[in-house]
Amino acid sequence: MSLSYQDLINEAKHEIPEIEPADLADLIGRVAIFDVRESDEYEQGAIATAKLLPRGLLEGAIDKHIDDPGEKIVVYCAGGARSALAAQTLTRMGYSNVSSLQGGFGRWKSDGHPWGLPEALSNDQRGRYSRHILLPEVGEEGQIRLLESKALIVGAGGLGSPAALYLAAAGVGTIGIVDFDVVDATNLQRQILHNLDRVGQSKVESARETLTALNPDVKIITYDERLSAENVLQIFSGYDVVVDGGDNFPTRYLVNDASVHLGIPVVHGSIFRFEGQVTVFEPYTGPCYRCQYPEPPPPELAPSCAEAGVLGVLPGVIGTLQAMEVLKILLGIGDTLSGRLLTYDGLSQEFRTLRIRRDPTCPACSDESHPPAIVEYDQFCTPAGVVARAG
Amino acid sequence: MSAVVKIPTSLRGLTGGSSEVEVPAGRLGEVITNLTDTYPDLGERLLDEKGNLRRFVNVFVAEDDIRFLEGLETEVSSGQVVTILPAVAGG
Repeated sequence: MSLSYQDLINEAKHEIPEIEPADLADLIGRVAIFDVRESDEYEQGAIATAKLLPRGLLEGAIDKHIDDPGEKIVVYCAGGARSALAAQTLTRMGYSNVSSLQGGFGRWKSDGHPWGLPEALSNDQRGRYSRHILLPEVGEEGQIRLLESKALIVGAGGLGSPAALYLAAAGVGTIGIVDFDVVDATNLQRQILHNLDRVGQSKVESARETLTALNPDVKIITYDERLSAENVLQIFSGYDVVVDGGDNFPTRYLVNDASVHLGIPVVHGSIFRFEGQVTVFEPYTGPCYRCQYPEPPPPELAPSCAEAGVLGVLPGVIGTLQAMEVLKILLGIGDTLSGRLLTYDGLSQEFRTLRIRRDPTCPACSDESHPPAIVEYDQFCTPAGVVARAG
Repeated sequence: MSAVVKIPTSLRGLTGGSSEVEVPAGRLGEVITNLTDTYPDLGERLLDEKGNLRRFVNVFVAEDDIRFLEGLETEVSSGQVVTILPAVAGG
C-alpha cells in the first residue's frame, strides 16, 4: 500500500507530540529550537533563538548541535507539516524529547509571538565562504562573526601585505590599514599588496584597490598617516584586534602602549633577514611587548630591512602566521600564541616555541588601574624605565 | 658535557658566521664567559660594563626566559640549548 504526503504527515503527527506556540514562548532559552525550513524562508523571518537546520541537512548535522539525545528539542517549519516529519525522524534517531511547533512559524507570528530577521549570509557569501562554513569550528555563525569583526593592520608592508590579503579573503568585515608611505619599486620583492602600476601611489590606497578587488564584502578603512602619540588611541579605538606589522621600534612600543591602554590584543610579527618572531600580546592576561622587550637594542644592533636586507618570502611566512592568530582570536577557537613566542629560522627551516611571561615590574601592564600614558618616542626609543604614567 | 648556544643572525658576524656554538655546560654566567672568551666582540654586545646581561638581550635556557629563572646563575645542563634572542623590528 502506498502512502500519500498527507498520510505521511498524519502518521507523523500521530507519533510525535506537538507544542502550542504559547507553551514554546514560555520555554524560550531553555529549549533547543531548530528551524527546518529552507534558508530563503528563514531569512524572511524566524524565532530569534532558533538555529537554521533545513530538513535536507537535519539527520546529518543534528549531532553537531545536540550532545544529549534526551535534551528538549522543538522543530518548526512554515505550517507544521515538514517539522512533524522532521520530529518523527529525530525521534527514530534516538532523540527522545522532540516536539513540533503546532501551526509552524505562521501560527507563531499570527499569535503575536516575537520574531526577527536573522543575521544570515547571502547566497553569494555562502558560496564564497563555503570552505569556512564546512568547518564545524567556524560554520555560518563563525563566518557572520568574522564579517562583523574589525581588524587594524599597522603597516601595509612585508607583514601587512599577506596578513591583509588573507584577512580580506577570509571575510573579516572591516579592515583598517595605517601607513603613511608610498609604494616604491624596492617594496615589490615582498609587499604583495602592491604592484608596478602603483609605484608612487599611497600604500593604503594601493592596499584598498587590491583588497576590494579580492573581496568586495570587506570595508577597508585607510589611515594615510604616520602612527603617533596624537592619533594612535583614536585610530585603534573600536577595533577587535591589531596586527603589528610595523618596521621600527618606536612604532612597536607605541602600538603596545596604546593596545594596553585600550585592552586590544596585538598579533605581533617581526622579521630580520631570514628570521622571524610571532606572538600574541593579550593585555593584562598575557605578557605585553614591554614585558618581553623592556628596552630596544641600540640602532646599530637593530638595522632595518632597508639596511640589512630581507628574503622576500620571510614576511610571507610570518604575516600569514599573524593572520592565522587573528582569525583564531576573532573566532574564539584554538590556543593563541599569548605567552608563547614562535621563532622561525628560514635558513635552517626551524620553528621553535619559547615561553614568555608577564613581568610583574612592567612599566606598561603591571598595574591595570594605571594604563600607560601614550608618549612619542624618537628613533632611539625612550627607555622603558622613564615611561610617563597616566595619573 | 656540552651545551649549544644558538646565535641570532644579527650577531653571527661576531661568531665568524656560526649559528650554533658548543660550550661546556655549567652556570649560564660560565657558559657566556666561555662564549665571549672565544668571541670577545660578542661579550660587549651581551654584557654591560658590570658584567650583567644588557636589558635588550633575551636569553632562554631550553624554552624559558632566564629573567624568570635564576638569571646568570641558571644551571645549563649538558645537551640543553641556550637561545640568544634579540628584539627585531623589521616588517
